[in-house]
Order: sequence, then structure tokens, then C-alpha cells
Amino acid sequence: MQKIGVFVCWCGSNIAATVDVAEVVQAVKTQPGVAFATDYQYMCSEAGQSIIKNAIKEHDLTGIVVCSCSPRMHEATFRKTAQAAGLNPYMVEIANIREHCSWIHKDKNEATQKAIILANAAVAKVNLNAPLVQGESSVTKRALVIGGGIAGIQTALDIAEAGYEVDIVEKEPTIGGKMAQLDKTFPTLDCSACILTPKMVDVAANENITLYTYSEVEQVKGFVGNFSVTIKKKARYVKEDLCTGCGECMSKCPSKKGKDEFNCGLNNRTAINIPFAQAIPNVAYIDAEQCIKFKTGKCGLCEKTCSANAIDYNQKDEIIEREYGAIVMATGYEPIKLDKFDEYQYSKHPDVITSLELERIMNAAGPTGGTLLKMSDKEHPHSVTFIQCVGSRDISGRGKPYCSKICCMYTAKHAMLIRDKYPDVEVNVFYIDVRTPGKNFDEFYRRAVEEYGVNYIKGQVGKVYEKDGHLVVQAVDLIANKQLVLDTDMVVLATAIEPSKTARDLASMLTASIDTNDFITEAHPKLRPVESPTAGIFLSGVCQGPKDIPETVSQAGAAAAKVIGLLAKDKLLTNPCVAHSDELLCNGCSQCEKVCPYGAISYIDKEVNDHGVRETRRVAQVNEALCQGCGACTVTCPSGAMDLKGFTNRQIMAEVDAICK
Amino acid sequence: MVHKSLEQACLIMDRSGVDTRKCMMCGKCSATCPAFDEMDYHPHQFVKMVTEGDIESLLSSKSLWKCLSCFACVERCPRGVEPANVVEALRVTLLRRQGENYITADDIPGLLDDKLPQQAIVSAFRKYKK
Amino acid sequence: MIYTYYPGCTLKTKAKDLDLYARKSATALGVTLEEPEDWQCCGAVYPLARDEIATRLSAVRTLVSARDNKRAVVTVCSACHHVLVRVNDDMKNDADMRGKVNRYLELENEYGGETEVIHYLTMLRDKIGFDEIKKKVVKPLEGKKIAAYYGCMLLRPSKIMAFDDAENPTIIEDFIKALGAEPVIYPFRNECCGGYVTMSDKSLAKKAAGKVMASAKDNGAELIITACPLCMYNLDANGGADKLPVRYFTELLAEALDVK
Repeated sequence: MQKIGVFVCWCGSNIAATVDVAEVVQAVKTQPGVAFATDYQYMCSEAGQSIIKNAIKEHDLTGIVVCSCSPRMHEATFRKTAQAAGLNPYMVEIANIREHCSWIHKDKNEATQKAIILANAAVAKVNLNAPLVQGESSVTKRALVIGGGIAGIQTALDIAEAGYEVDIVEKEPTIGGKMAQLDKTFPTLDCSACILTPKMVDVAANENITLYTYSEVEQVKGFVGNFSVTIKKKARYVKEDLCTGCGECMSKCPSKKGKDEFNCGLNNRTAINIPFAQAIPNVAYIDAEQCIKFKTGKCGLCEKTCSANAIDYNQKDEIIEREYGAIVMATGYEPIKLDKFDEYQYSKHPDVITSLELERIMNAAGPTGGTLLKMSDKEHPHSVTFIQCVGSRDISGRGKPYCSKICCMYTAKHAMLIRDKYPDVEVNVFYIDVRTPGKNFDEFYRRAVEEYGVNYIKGQVGKVYEKDGHLVVQAVDLIANKQLVLDTDMVVLATAIEPSKTARDLASMLTASIDTNDFITEAHPKLRPVESPTAGIFLSGVCQGPKDIPETVSQAGAAAAKVIGLLAKDKLLTNPCVAHSDELLCNGCSQCEKVCPYGAISYIDKEVNDHGVRETRRVAQVNEALCQGCGACTVTCPSGAMDLKGFTNRQIMAEVDAICK
Repeated sequence: MVHKSLEQACLIMDRSGVDTRKCMMCGKCSATCPAFDEMDYHPHQFVKMVTEGDIESLLSSKSLWKCLSCFACVERCPRGVEPANVVEALRVTLLRRQGENYITADDIPGLLDDKLPQQAIVSAFRKYKK
Repeated sequence: MIYTYYPGCTLKTKAKDLDLYARKSATALGVTLEEPEDWQCCGAVYPLARDEIATRLSAVRTLVSARDNKRAVVTVCSACHHVLVRVNDDMKNDADMRGKVNRYLELENEYGGETEVIHYLTMLRDKIGFDEIKKKVVKPLEGKKIAAYYGCMLLRPSKIMAFDDAENPTIIEDFIKALGAEPVIYPFRNECCGGYVTMSDKSLAKKAAGKVMASAKDNGAELIITACPLCMYNLDANGGADKLPVRYFTELLAEALDVK
């Protein structure tokens, strides 16, 4: 028989104004197992905790119930209190009589009766509680960062700086991501490459960082502190250790018709290619689908040209297995496809472009050498029209329901840069709202209007079409309440962004949850924004939600801090409230294994002694380090073999009985 | 916002099957509309005025009979609002009132010519009178 | 291939060409079009208001009779096609509407949008194939620059009509190519010609039709083809002084197949 103490908190007037705490104390005293009950103004205070500790010692209590706020608030506090008084922390139960009772009721009598019921239920549960002990698991002191854009780069650098090893897996042949494609960055207009490429070089030079470019994560097993990851390093057909990045091969390659991905397909590249001058690693790769040697067996010019003997047509994909303590998702974004927005004629007219394409056109290393030209005839445009929110805030099914967040600012940047460099070019921006929250952001947008003379027109564009060799924009000016038909030379679409197509598969490999838009879900939208609900998985950059570079870098640092905090531990304490299978009851049906979202359940053949009968049976086994205690298996198990420690079926039923009495 | 007639606003939303509150006032409907210049109230204003319950102003507007039911606004609206359906719901609301037929049977012969297809006559009876 | 053929009122009166050449071409292409004896007018204009039930009934009757004959319905007129497809969609996806209509009609078997409604052009593309038609062309319309006028009814709303890409349709251009002519792409091919107000508001109808006509001409068209009798009338009557000739697509098909 337990000896239980019940401690009823007033929470100032939060509880006591609506619940008659003295009546609750009197009522619970009649419950089986209750040896002591009292109330106090603030049970979480130093004095309140002393009352608990003293009572545990004085009355030899074996379990306690604290009637107070939500366990999310102070369960940990009262567990420590109990532990300090020599009681197992899992012998503590919280009856939530604040959020679940006093805050939501007006009638004091009703609220008091409900508080008594909640207290009785907690008492009934403690009567069946058993002491639980947290287990321990080890921590592999190495982190994996998936994605080598600015988010992944910053996270990796910060982790490496703290002295831990970190690997970056990047699917493209170089790191740098989208930021490497940008020309200038808002709101300071510094050159994107100038601030990014030194960081890329730092990554390459850092002893603690290993880069796997042109590589993909194939499989993830294990759990926090002990992930085992399979990485596929795709064949580049160029030996990374020998290639000097001289580019001679590119000048000789006769297959010149590949779409240059780095320049958004606005120009062509050779089959053997280094994506851009500052690529890291500065190593070529061969696009086998385009290469004449691979297609016909003839050619081999790059091999003959290469003075470093780096070409290897027989290179194979390489599979790498590594262990990690923590994994960071930094998979970034892509602009959405615009095939459903043909009223803007993007797919038909070369002078209708996306904002990312404009970045390349404005960039000195881009397809026009940094001169603003129409792609149709390589002539100077006299007017440029920007259309905002193309596919953003769209619930028609054509686009994305969310605000892509970065477009208002980059459009202001583009408009300003064009007006600055080419004052003869008229620039119109059609917008729905201009959203500029951020340091110096609104000032930046206003400069575009006030100093650079960009025309901002509130309204949308209905149709873009060609007439007499130029483009016509049919739009509305909502403030003037007029329909406009404007001639223009270029149309730039502020295209919505979406998470990388790789995010969904990776999330399922990592058992990280994902929302309806394929953004990775954070553990708490405000208080744990860089952690996945799955222990040991962290989020960096746009994979969690649209964000600009400053925000991405901040979040990347925050994710690194969380990783460092994890890797700094030698041992991890595991949650003892995990599932447990009674092997005598288990019928080996595998249903629990199927529903487990964490991959924590496996089946083994085991010899059991069932009432004197010895036989080998296939039984479920729970990996306690992986189990998050969600309980999905316990409700699925048809034979009642699966139970959750700390929340056993008996305990839950006892609570229900107490409530229904 | 002053709700001139919330009841009437709800009626139009029901009748058109459109929740006008989904509108974010981007103006795409008005940017698209081929009859914009003929209208006193424009498509985006129709949607806004229904939300606000200003139904009577719309019922007496010229625009009501300028909408071509071409569905370009329906096609391009990013919010799934269907302005053309709103206009039709308003037309029907007016026509169902006694004595509010836009065109009567007696008017039709005067509007005919030799080549006018049957469907124009049939639809005129359906579009303009109840 | 046998289909239920729904000509609609206009094809029996002012658009006899559209009907005649549709039938002749079908025969040449090995398609049997069976016209039900007792078809009724579809209503000519789709009732957008959700509480208009009676005006949907005649379209439902046509759809029910096709279902009972276990045939898909082929339409030619854009307006009929629009009405039948949308009413069918209501019957399939709007439970309230379906309930009301079925209760009123007291059918032996409830109707829930089971009938397939296809446009003659879709039949050419999906059931016969433009490649096949190309092979059967006897007199290719070589050198002719033809502008397809889609109008509104076939394309929009694309979610329901599912006819072609509403902004960049290709079906009539592909049809023109199959006949050996050269399609002219022009921006106003999917913009309204103003046919809806052709009786009640001549000036607006003229303005809208004029824009379509000008757009086709600017892009070098010699001829406009359409599937809609109302567009045909309106482009012709209100297309301006130096308008292009407008013809039904079926007439060109019959011409190319040499069955005109």
C-alpha cells in the first residue's frame, strides 16, 4: 500500500479564486492510500517545495500528487523536489487543476468538484506507480549536415568551430546553394558571392569538416546520439584528389549543349563542367547523359587534355557508411514551376523571367556578363515590369498558400539596382501588399520608391502578351481604380518558393514530421524552432519555413548550438516512460512494428519459458533509446502484450475509474 | 467595417457558392476583366461590397449587366473566389423581384436579326428575366 | 465507335453547317453519331446560382438518357458542352444539388454524374487521334494561316471543363496542323468576344469582338475557326469593317477530308 501526499496549490488567485482548495484537501484525504494532504499559495516556490520535501520525510511518503498547473509547466520541478527528498521522481503525478479546471470554469462549486475528481484520478494512478530509472546511451561525437547552402555551411562551421567533427552532404557538385546564384543581397546590397565564397573556402579548409558533394543520403538508421547513415557519393568521373580545377577540359569538351543549371538554364555548358569559378570543391564532374564518350564510346578529349590525369570514365558510385550523434536538415528550397501560370507567358516568351533568372542576368558571371539584356534579342530593355506573389498566397491549387517572405525585399532590390545602373529604364512593380518586417527593410523599400523612382502599383497583372515585338501587361491599379494596359520589354515574376523535393523522402528516412507544404515541422513553433520533434534531428534554413539570409544564418547558428549541446554530453539519459513488450503475451504479429513512427520496435526469435513450456518464439523488442513513448504500439497490440511504462493500461484504467466513480 | 446587410451578404454567398472573405484584394479579377472599362463597380469591388453587405448598391449598378460571364476572373483568381458567380447571384437576386426583368419577352423581337443564333434567344430568356 | 450525339438547338437552326459537317466528317472517320429522338434544349446558359434547380433539369435529362444507353455524349456547340459538363459536375460533386434534382425527377435509377461528356474536338484528339486524322486528310489545307478562336466556354473554369490548358491551349492548333494548315497563335484566342451581351449591349460586344479580330489579324491570320455558334455570330456581326472570315472547325475538317 502506497503512502501518498497530496499538495494543492492556490497559484495565487489563479486556482484559489475558482477552486475551493481547502475542500479539495478534505476530499482527497478520504481516498485510499492518501496519508497526508495540504494546500499552499505557491507550491512551486522555495517554501512550497520545502513543504513537499518535509512531508515526504515526515510521513514516509512513497508517492505524491501535486494539484497545480499543467505538467508541461512544473512536472520537472516537482520531480526534482521529490528526488531531493529521496523519492523516485516517477512517483510524482500532477493533477492539472489550472488549465484544465480553474481557468476554464466560472462556477466555483463546479470547478471545485472537478478539481476533486482530477485529484482523485491522480491519486488512483500513483497507487499503481512504480519507480522508474532512466537509462543511458552513448553519443557519437560527429554531426551530419544535409545540404550545403548557406544554412548548412553556417551550421557546419559553427559546429566545427566548437571542436566537433561534422560532415556535409550536398547533392550538387559544389556547395553554395541558392545564395551562390544571387547577385546582391538586401538590404545592404553587398555582393552575395563576396560574402559567401570566403565561408565556402572556410568549409573546405576546416579540419573538422568533411565534404561529400554530388552525394545523397540513402538510408538513416539508429537514434539520437547513435545514427548510422548510408551516403551515396555519385561518380563524378573525375578524381577529386587529382583535379586542379584548371578548366582546360571544359575548353576542349565538344559537347556544349547542356543547360547550365547554375545560370538557371539561360545558357549552355559543356558535359564536363565546374558549376562556377568559386565552386567548392573546385573539381570538375562529367554529366554522363550528355557526354559523347559515355553515349558513343568515342571522344575522350578531356582525358587527353587533363595534365593532372584526373579523368576516370570507370569511376563508380561510392557507398559510405558513417556514424553520427546528430543530424541537421538544411535542404533549402526551389522556386516553384510556373507551368500553371501561363497567363504570364513564362513558358512561351524568353523575356518573361523569374527573379532568380534576373539574379543571374544581373551577375557579372552570368549569361550576359552582368548587363541587363532581353534574352530574346540581347537588346537593352526600356521598361521592366515586376509581378509579385506569383504562386504565393494562392489557395486555388495553382500555387502555395503561404507567403514566400523573401520576394518583396528582393523585388525592391532588383528594381533599385536596375534604376541605379540604367536610369533610362522605367520600372513598375505590381504588388498585393509590400511586406518588409526586418531591420532596415522598410527603409530599403522606401528608398526604391523615393530615391530611385520605382513605380509601385497596388494591383495584379491579369495577362501578359506579345504585341508588335514587345510585351503588353494588362493589369489593374486598385488605388486609381483603373485597368492598365502597359507596354513593357521584360516581365520579372517573383516566383513562390517551395521546400526542396528531397525534403519529403529525407524526412521519412529521419522520421522527422513534415507539414502539408513539405516544410519540416519544428518541435515547438515558438520555443523549440530549430529542433524536430524527433530527438537528435535539427532544422536549419528554409527547410523549416521561408526565410531570408539573415534569418537563415541566425537559425543555422541556433541549430549548431543545439547540436553542440548534444555532442558535448558523454551520455544521454533516456526517457524511462517507454514501451515494453510482455514476451509471454506477444503473438509476433508485427503490428506494433508497423505503426511505430520511430522505428523503435524490431522482432527477434527468442526462447521463452511459458509456464514450463520452453519454446522459441518471434517476439517484439523495444529499443528504449529510440522509443519516444507515444503509445501507438500499445493501442495497436491485439494481444495486450505492449504496455507503456509510467502509463500502463492498468494505471490509465484506474484513472478513468476514479473519474467515473 | 459597416455591415449594411449581413443577412443579404450571406444570401449572396449562399446563392453564388462563394465565400467572398477569402478575397485578399489583389485585383487579379479586375486586371483580367474584359468589361472593366464599362463598369461602375469593378469585379474586386463586387467581392468586397458583398463581404460588407452593400448589396443594394450592386443591385442598382450598371456593372451587373456588363459582366460577360467569360470566367477569366474565376480561372485566374489566386484565392478560389469566383467573382463571376457573385455577379450572377446578384443578377438572379434582382430578377426574382417582381417587375425587375432586365429584358422582357416583348423586347426580344426588336433585338433579333437574321443570323442571331437560337442559343442567344434562349439564354436571353434565362439571363434577363424570371 | 458509337456515341450519343447532342447537337443542341442552334445546330438545328442557324448553325446547320456546324452540324452537317460534324456528321459528314464523323462518317468519314468511322464514327457513328446517334442522335436521340427526344433530346431537349440544354438551356443554353449554365445557371451559376446554386439555388437554380429547374434550369438544370433539361441538361440532366440528356445526361440520364445517355447513361441509360451506356454511351458517352459528344457535343459540338461550345455552349452546350459547357452546360452539360458543368451540370454533370454538379450532379457528381454537389450532394445537395444531386439530391434535389433526383427527388424532383423521380428517376428509376438515381443520377450521379456517371455520363462521360466529350467535345467533338476532344473526341478527335483522344479517341481518334490527330495523327490518324492526318492520314485520312485527302485535301490538305496547305498554306492557309488559320487562327483558332477558343473563346470562354470550352476552356473555363479549367478545373471543371478539363478541356485544355486555359492559358495556352493547343488542341485546335493541333487540329489545324492535322489538316495541313498553319495555326496562328495570337494572345486573344482565349479572351471573351462579348457574345454574352451581343443582344443587349452592342457597343460592348463590338469592342470585345474587335479586340479578338485585331489580335488574330495582327498575327497574320487569314481565317478564324471556332466551335461556338454564338462566337461565330458575334465575331462576324461585330468584328468590325475589315474583319476576317469566321468558319466552323467542322467545315474545315469536312473540306480536308473531302466530304464537304
